[in-house]
Amino acid sequence: MRPANVVDLRGGAASDASAPGAGADLFPLVLDDVSFQAGGTVLIKGIDLTLEAEGATVIMGPNGAGKSLLLRLMHGLIDPSGGTVSWGGAGMGEAVRKRQAMVFQRPVLLRRSVAANIDFVLRLRGRADPARRQAILDHAGLAAHADQPARLLSGGEQQRLAMARALATEPDVLFMDEPTSNLDPASTLVIEEIAKAARDRGTKIIFITHDMGQARRLADEVVFVHKGKVLEHSPAETFFTQPASTEAGDYMAGKIIL
Amino acid sequence: MQDFGAAFLTAFDLLIGADADLLEIIGLSLRVSISALLAAGLIGLSLGAALAVTRFPGRGIVLVIVNSMMGLPPVVVGLVVYMLLSNAGPFGFLGLLYTPEAMIIAQAILILPIIAALSRQLIEDLHAEYAEQFRSFCVPTGRMMMELLWDARYSLLTVMLAGLGRAMAEVGAVIIVGGNINHLTRVMTTTIALETSKGDLALALGLGIVLLSIAIAINAGVMALNATAKRQAYA
Repeated sequence: MRPANVVDLRGGAASDASAPGAGADLFPLVLDDVSFQAGGTVLIKGIDLTLEAEGATVIMGPNGAGKSLLLRLMHGLIDPSGGTVSWGGAGMGEAVRKRQAMVFQRPVLLRRSVAANIDFVLRLRGRADPARRQAILDHAGLAAHADQPARLLSGGEQQRLAMARALATEPDVLFMDEPTSNLDPASTLVIEEIAKAARDRGTKIIFITHDMGQARRLADEVVFVHKGKVLEHSPAETFFTQPASTEAGDYMAGKIIL
Repeated sequence: MQDFGAAFLTAFDLLIGADADLLEIIGLSLRVSISALLAAGLIGLSLGAALAVTRFPGRGIVLVIVNSMMGLPPVVVGLVVYMLLSNAGPFGFLGLLYTPEAMIIAQAILILPIIAALSRQLIEDLHAEYAEQFRSFCVPTGRMMMELLWDARYSLLTVMLAGLGRAMAEVGAVIIVGGNINHLTRVMTTTIALETSKGDLALALGLGIVLLSIAIAINAGVMALNATAKRQAYA
């Protein structure tokens, strides 16, 4: 059940857009022998990975495993040192990235009002419209803060605004890099609800989390990364009950893996 | 000390009496320096933003040059503009030498590197914070520059202020290209230089006090604006 206050943000073509696989032509996402190195250190080591359009994918693994780099490689924020990233057979480029959006661990908000932060992306996509902005702010529960400076919002509200702004671009793919790591449980729940609503509308969610509960609540499949390699890629049920690798098992058991 | 006492009295008399000559000189000073600021601001801020967001071979050299030019001696700028605008120079046909326009050009050249260099640094710092998000949203470069300029607007006011201060305070450039002609190109600093050499220290000091008061008033105004803005926009 979709909460009553959740409006469809995908505009007039809501019924078409909410059909599963609105962005199906972007998939599969294929990483072919992707590596990344910086300053002579190889941080991502020959990753082969294929993701399909359905469901939410969570990337897990200890700090320094290369999760954030992996997400940035998928989104084209950085270019791989070796190998290729392709979306539905097309190489990574602006045409692909424009259909995606990313929410960062620390929200990067413009030094403007809450409303102006939304207007910024609406104008960028050529669809500035006060009514639309209002619907987006209502959806994120930020309507009352529309005229406030975005940077004076609480941490939870800031991340909600970052989510709302990312979704205002109507992405087919939404990346989230530990979006709730700095938030309290109530704010985390709101972010999760917004993410779920987006997923139910057909947006592919790919996100990083260290929060085991969150992973269980949201993930349909898990990619486990360790030392720049994908050790495991399996459905969430399998991963949480019978992890194939000892590292993943240890990680979930709360052991420190090196 | 007598001079100082007399200077204050003279300044006071001149201001209270709204001395026509004095007002003319102050008016021209403001007109020349503010025009120079607007021209240099338009070019300097664009240049600063462009240098902040782009990467190209030789960028380091350009930055060193722009930064070094912040210390341009006004007399050298005056000399170069004089040579360009004099009858024998390439722009002599414009007939601008010894006009307020020549003074505006000279001051604009003088403060352009200050505005470009300081805004470049400021915008580059802001860009470091926004870059990933902008790349994620596929913001085109020109648009990026506009958005960064807008978000840095309150800090950039201080940069503009530095430019205005430099323009208002300099004497070397305007005296060469303007000629300190009474009722035509006489500004506060050139008047002070003239009155000092004539030995009328009281009038010179009086003008100095006026100049200082204007600077303080402008700075206080911008600071007040900035304080409000920071509270409002957390800029």
